[in-house]
Amino acid sequence: MPNIQELQRIASQVRRDIIRQVHYATCGHPGASLGCTDLLTALYFEVMDHDPSFNMEGKNEDLFFLSNGHISPVWYSILARSGYFPVAELATFRKLNARLQGHPATHEGLPGVRIASGSLGQGLSVAIGTALAKKLDGDDKLIYVLTGDGELQEGQVWEAMMFAAHHKVDNLVAIVDWNGQQIDGPNDEVMSLGDLPGKWKSFGWEVLEMDGNNMEEVLTVLAQAKSKTGNGIPVVILMKTAMGYGVDFMAGTHHWHGKAPNAEQTEIALAQLEETLGDYTYPYAG
Amino acid sequence: MNNSITSNNTTMLDKLVSTGKKSTRDGFGAGLHELGKTNKNVVALCADLVGSLKMQKFIDDNPERFFQVGVAEANMMGIAAGLATAGKIPFTGTFANFSTGRVYDQIRQSIAYSHKNVKICASHAGVSLGEDGATHQILEDLGMMKMLPGMTVINPCDYNQTKAATIAIADHDGPVYLRFGRPGWPMFTPEDQKFEIGKALMLNEGTDVTIFATGHLVWNSIEAAKALAAKGISVELINIHTIKPLDEEAVLASATKTKCVVTAEEHQMNGGLGDSIAQLLSRKLPTPLEMVAVNDSFGESGTPMELLDKYGMGVNDIVEAVTNVMKRK
Repeated sequence: MPNIQELQRIASQVRRDIIRQVHYATCGHPGASLGCTDLLTALYFEVMDHDPSFNMEGKNEDLFFLSNGHISPVWYSILARSGYFPVAELATFRKLNARLQGHPATHEGLPGVRIASGSLGQGLSVAIGTALAKKLDGDDKLIYVLTGDGELQEGQVWEAMMFAAHHKVDNLVAIVDWNGQQIDGPNDEVMSLGDLPGKWKSFGWEVLEMDGNNMEEVLTVLAQAKSKTGNGIPVVILMKTAMGYGVDFMAGTHHWHGKAPNAEQTEIALAQLEETLGDYTYPYAG
Repeated sequence: MNNSITSNNTTMLDKLVSTGKKSTRDGFGAGLHELGKTNKNVVALCADLVGSLKMQKFIDDNPERFFQVGVAEANMMGIAAGLATAGKIPFTGTFANFSTGRVYDQIRQSIAYSHKNVKICASHAGVSLGEDGATHQILEDLGMMKMLPGMTVINPCDYNQTKAATIAIADHDGPVYLRFGRPGWPMFTPEDQKFEIGKALMLNEGTDVTIFATGHLVWNSIEAAKALAAKGISVELINIHTIKPLDEEAVLASATKTKCVVTAEEHQMNGGLGDSIAQLLSRKLPTPLEMVAVNDSFGESGTPMELLDKYGMGVNDIVEAVTNVMKRK
């Protein structure tokens, strides 16, 4: 049985890491990082069978792909806290000569990252490629891929959705961070996504929905999703989150999509997030 | 001395005869078919152009290792990047236009920057695709691909060389752009010739001028060299099948010897082979140079030979470029 409280304690520290990375870098994307913290905590600390000693091919492991690469602060914290690289390295986020690039990359050899992302719309295709390889290899582990909701405005995602249904890519769980916000404002003002569940269904996917900021529900729905794999139908979870979840003045607005808090704002934010695993220090000591 | 060189030239040039016509895309199909038998990690993807890319034999033998993607090239590049991440060697097949310009960002981020072992196999490059016209006649692909850090760019000249190149790139670790074409084209590369990535091929030794040619224009350059030999001009002819990495040593050695250079390619002047060689020579060995290529223009409908002539890539254009560059020595 997963210990919900323990996962929530990890998530609190991860949210502190997000705020501190972005503050110290003076830039980055805290909003959806905070919103997706519970999902990534659940995946890496409970759901996925993965190996932090990291090899690129990831045979016989569950794999995770972050398509909306701008929420790198949450992924970096999760990877560090689950042992892929030293937690202290979070102090190098967006700095010169660092492995923690503004958007995730393989180029500097950061363990845990299997492909660059940031230019949106590409991750579902990549995830499908790895899912096909697992089928060819007789590897029964699963692929998880997270995309943003604004990202669904990219046409390539719909190409990939069509492909997954046609080719019965049923060893993959896609998750959409359905926070309703994007850089220029709410999705409904920028470019309405319309009937999102209906669209995925009509493209041949099994559609689940969940509250992505309720740890218990996240675990339940991820388990449901897993139970629906292997049936010849790809599975998607439309995950309702609040952008900026966990910090009152950042929550539910697009204003903190890509903005760093100043010193005072950082202090206010951190006061709302319990330090549970120990903060790293900055500057980076090397 | 001059006589012996001339007779030697004649011998080398004489050996460069067409043994018949087959398309370079047929060479790709044959190479891929071969790879299907020899390398179990090779997988193939196609965006609704199986017939055009000659991929059917691979598919017949290896249905489980082929993925039809439909008319969705961006998705194809992403899936290929994923397959490569998991240790497969994906070969993507579509027209050169849809293999590059249409999917440049997918290649840049998911393949080149991420250093994925994807082989981007691109047919119907250049004006020699003919009647379909300029929408499909990409002339900028070599430039786009060679600008990407870590990308290997290959443009073989005939059926056998394309087949050999297709087989060779499977053993190269890293992204490769392999460019070939539609029309039946004279074959002259020996069937057993090994393909060495990045190694220029000396086709004819000469003393008066060097022609560096790539792709279909290697054959046109052979014909030009023969015409020039008849006028007593000794042409050194080098096949640059690998645009990147460029065999700088071979280029510099030949330019040092002949002291004037012509480049020949079925591509825009901007960004192509001539551009790479001009850049190298101006940095290390300033040398008079003329380019046989398309001069900042789109193509149009017509037969391959009509188009190559109209857009300045015929045999006569190469002869004229040689004549002009020799005056500048």
